Amino acid sequence: MSVSDIRDDGAGSGGLAHPSLCLSSSVNIHIRGAGVAGLCAALAFARRGAKVLISEKRPALAGNASWYAGGMLAPFCERESAEEVIERRGLESIGWWDGIGQDLVSHNGTLVVAPPRDQADLARFARMTNGHRLLDRQGVAELEPDLHDSFVKGLFYSDEAHMDPRLALEQVLSCLEELGGEIRFCSDLSMVGQCDLELDCRGMASPLPDRRGVRGEMLLLYAPDVRLTRTIRLLHPRIPLYVVPRANHHFMVGATMIESDHDGAITARSMMEFLNAAYALVPAFGEAQIIEAGIGVRPAFADNLPRLQYDKAQRTLSINGYYRHGYALGPLLAQAAVGWALDQHQDADFPVTSLSYLSPSSLNEVAQ
Amino acid sequence: MSDHHDHLSLYGRQLSSRILLGTAQYPSPTILSEAVQRSGCEIITVSLRRELPKGTDGQSSGGSFWDLIQKMGAHILPNTAGCHTAKEAILTAKMARDLFKTNWIKLEVIGHHDSLQPDIFALVEAARNLVADGFEVFPYMTDDLVLAERLLAAGCKVLMPWCAPIGSAQGPVNVHGLRAIRGNFPDVPMIVDAGLGRPSHATQVMELGFDAVLLNTAVAKAGDPALMAEAFGKATEAGRSAYLAGMLEPRDMAVPSTPVIGQAVFGEL
Repeated sequence: MSVSDIRDDGAGSGGLAHPSLCLSSSVNIHIRGAGVAGLCAALAFARRGAKVLISEKRPALAGNASWYAGGMLAPFCERESAEEVIERRGLESIGWWDGIGQDLVSHNGTLVVAPPRDQADLARFARMTNGHRLLDRQGVAELEPDLHDSFVKGLFYSDEAHMDPRLALEQVLSCLEELGGEIRFCSDLSMVGQCDLELDCRGMASPLPDRRGVRGEMLLLYAPDVRLTRTIRLLHPRIPLYVVPRANHHFMVGATMIESDHDGAITARSMMEFLNAAYALVPAFGEAQIIEAGIGVRPAFADNLPRLQYDKAQRTLSINGYYRHGYALGPLLAQAAVGWALDQHQDADFPVTSLSYLSPSSLNEVAQ
Repeated sequence: MSDHHDHLSLYGRQLSSRILLGTAQYPSPTILSEAVQRSGCEIITVSLRRELPKGTDGQSSGGSFWDLIQKMGAHILPNTAGCHTAKEAILTAKMARDLFKTNWIKLEVIGHHDSLQPDIFALVEAARNLVADGFEVFPYMTDDLVLAERLLAAGCKVLMPWCAPIGSAQGPVNVHGLRAIRGNFPDVPMIVDAGLGRPSHATQVMELGFDAVLLNTAVAKAGDPALMAEAFGKATEAGRSAYLAGMLEPRDMAVPSTPVIGQAVFGEL
């Protein structure tokens, strides 16, 4: 085992002190959880020569919150309600995804519109964000001819992008496997004691304090007559909505942010409102087929920003709390984790802090 | 001359703050918590239908939004937001009583899906029912005088008239209507709920003699919600102080504040 702790501030649970590790790059890393957090971290470590094994409790890369994500890479639009780091480092993250697969990311920008009577919402959105250009009715119609013709103004964010998150997860896994990384499905075991470092990327399943669930609901529509090419955001005081194009005339419709960790099926009200708003946005969605309805519970801390937390006693680094920013921030925290573990470097935005959150009794699950 | 005992009494609870905040639409719970602190707010409203305090299994979910809300230290006023019938609102109120351990309920019965205007007929019916069941009802209502009368007859001891539609940020659009309900029931605590857009609106309704304001969107959707909450807190206090101090009646000519008797007067007389 090639591990030595070169410094320890002795901070206990919840301490802000910055622990450090010194691992050589030929280490064994075990990762629990194959969502966007685990896969990005796995690839980042594998690219540095680490031997990587992922354990995922589900039977396939499906069913977790990452699977039901929109896949918007929207650092400017997100700034409307997110901290500035999302905008400042968002483009860096888009570049990382570009490096995963040639046609994975669509660089078509984002179009934001509001119904005529809700123009105040569009003005507010413009005031709260950067990187946009104001379009008139004609400009909106030229970009997306299938939108309802009532949108007299729009905001165009040309540097934003989107991707199919399911393809993204699969392609990250392929890149990982090319580098010799492995994944084990239907496995939820800790390997603390059998690896140099364990990464806990289990999202809501991880026993972290102060972490809550935020429910999101989505629909997948198939509309052969609709030709949207970029993410569309509809601003509305009650039913804000986004539509993200997927391959072959499929469209992901979503937006709900419900303060609940309830993981039951989509409610009738949400589905009705989604469809209502989607139909108002693009009349041709009236004939769409509903392919899938899904929900995901996203882990979040009180400030809605993710955290890297190291439990020294269990030699486990937790990467958690992505909220709605898993794809926007996943690559950045993965790099931050590698920098910390292999280079003794702390990322200024996402430093590793100390937290004893795994009780010794959780070692019972370790395979002997 | 300042009044050191200017407390607001709502169903027997004494409060020194006259601002109430809704908890929806904030960028994060951290920012919500800062807004609550900087406004000085002592009561926050929580929607039961969507922000479920418990998980699917009925067990308290550790680290949930609900836990964060409780840590803010404010009194909880659960609401029935999203209910469209008296029956739905009554059921939601009963669930809220079980979950939040309080008889307080902010009663909302939505009559119009799009504008969220209250259904005043169902509101009175639900209020009567809930009061009989031991609830202390805070009805969210329009600014109609007769409706105020009916709600008081139904047993409500606090009224919450809107000053404009929810989220519209228009401020008091019907000052006459607000004056009428205030003037007719001077002893009933009244909280202006919904429609406030900027701090000066809060000052305006407090100057009319309303007892408190409740807001959500104007703070949550501000560029800096915590700073805006502070601004609303100060504006609410300013309006209250002005009301207590007694404001000068406007008149239609200028009156110099310095006596002019004995001064030489030049120009036209």
